[in-house]
Amino acid sequence: MTPAGVLAAGAAGGDLFVAQNVFFGVIALVMIVSAIRCVTTRNVVHAALWLVLVLAGAAAQFILLGSEFVAVTQVLVYIGAIIVLFLFGIMLTKASMGDDDSVAGEKRLMAGLVAVLLAVVMGIALVDSYSDTRVVIDEPQRFAAVSDAIFSQYIVAFEAVSVLLLAALIGAIVVARKE
Amino acid sequence: MILNQFLLLAAILFCIGVYGVLARRNGIMVLMSVEIILNSVNINLVAFGAFRDNVAGEVFALFVIAVAAAEVGIGLAIVLLIYRNRRSIDLTEADLLKG
Repeated sequence: MTPAGVLAAGAAGGDLFVAQNVFFGVIALVMIVSAIRCVTTRNVVHAALWLVLVLAGAAAQFILLGSEFVAVTQVLVYIGAIIVLFLFGIMLTKASMGDDDSVAGEKRLMAGLVAVLLAVVMGIALVDSYSDTRVVIDEPQRFAAVSDAIFSQYIVAFEAVSVLLLAALIGAIVVARKE
Repeated sequence: MILNQFLLLAAILFCIGVYGVLARRNGIMVLMSVEIILNSVNINLVAFGAFRDNVAGEVFALFVIAVAAAEVGIGLAIVLLIYRNRRSIDLTEADLLKG
């Protein structure tokens, strides 16, 4: 599936040039190009910076879908914290080594084959199942509705995630600590 | 907007992430590819949430973000430990458990 395929899917709906769809197309193109650059570039620091573009694009898509809270969390947690963590990891491991083409050539071919096959299968399944299902966004989701759901219906999962984060924090310290 | 444009975008990003996990040998690059995969899943969750007009999609996207943060913390700590022990983060060299 190519970006043109996504745009063609949008055109099938007959409203390709509604502002939302134009923005979707531009952001989707940026995201796909950045993601491809991120997984193929030799320089690890550049890969982290391309990843920032992918994550920012995802935040923009969340806003298009009317979920500002998820978009803001995405910017704060992913772009604000996780990318910094990655850059520290790159710095601490001096990971400037590139991938060795001669060894990784066959691996790349197989990985590319798997990815393309997966894309074809998922693309066919999605086009078959949801070809003219529409998303109608009358108004953005309200923060209050999300927080109500988290603190009533999903309170057990929320507490479990809190404990998980604490465990991960302690675990990371214990694993990475020098003797 | 049709639902499929988001789902197809997420599928393409997922496949790019899978390619990265399979093809890269650098441990940090593999973790970055996993982040791309988790983001594509989030786009799916939020798109279905908007489609059904239900907050469950957003709530689960937030949980996925929280778990991804924990995963990156632990993952980078493990990569750091591998580097400290072997002076390399090439995952093809980390084959101690290979039979």
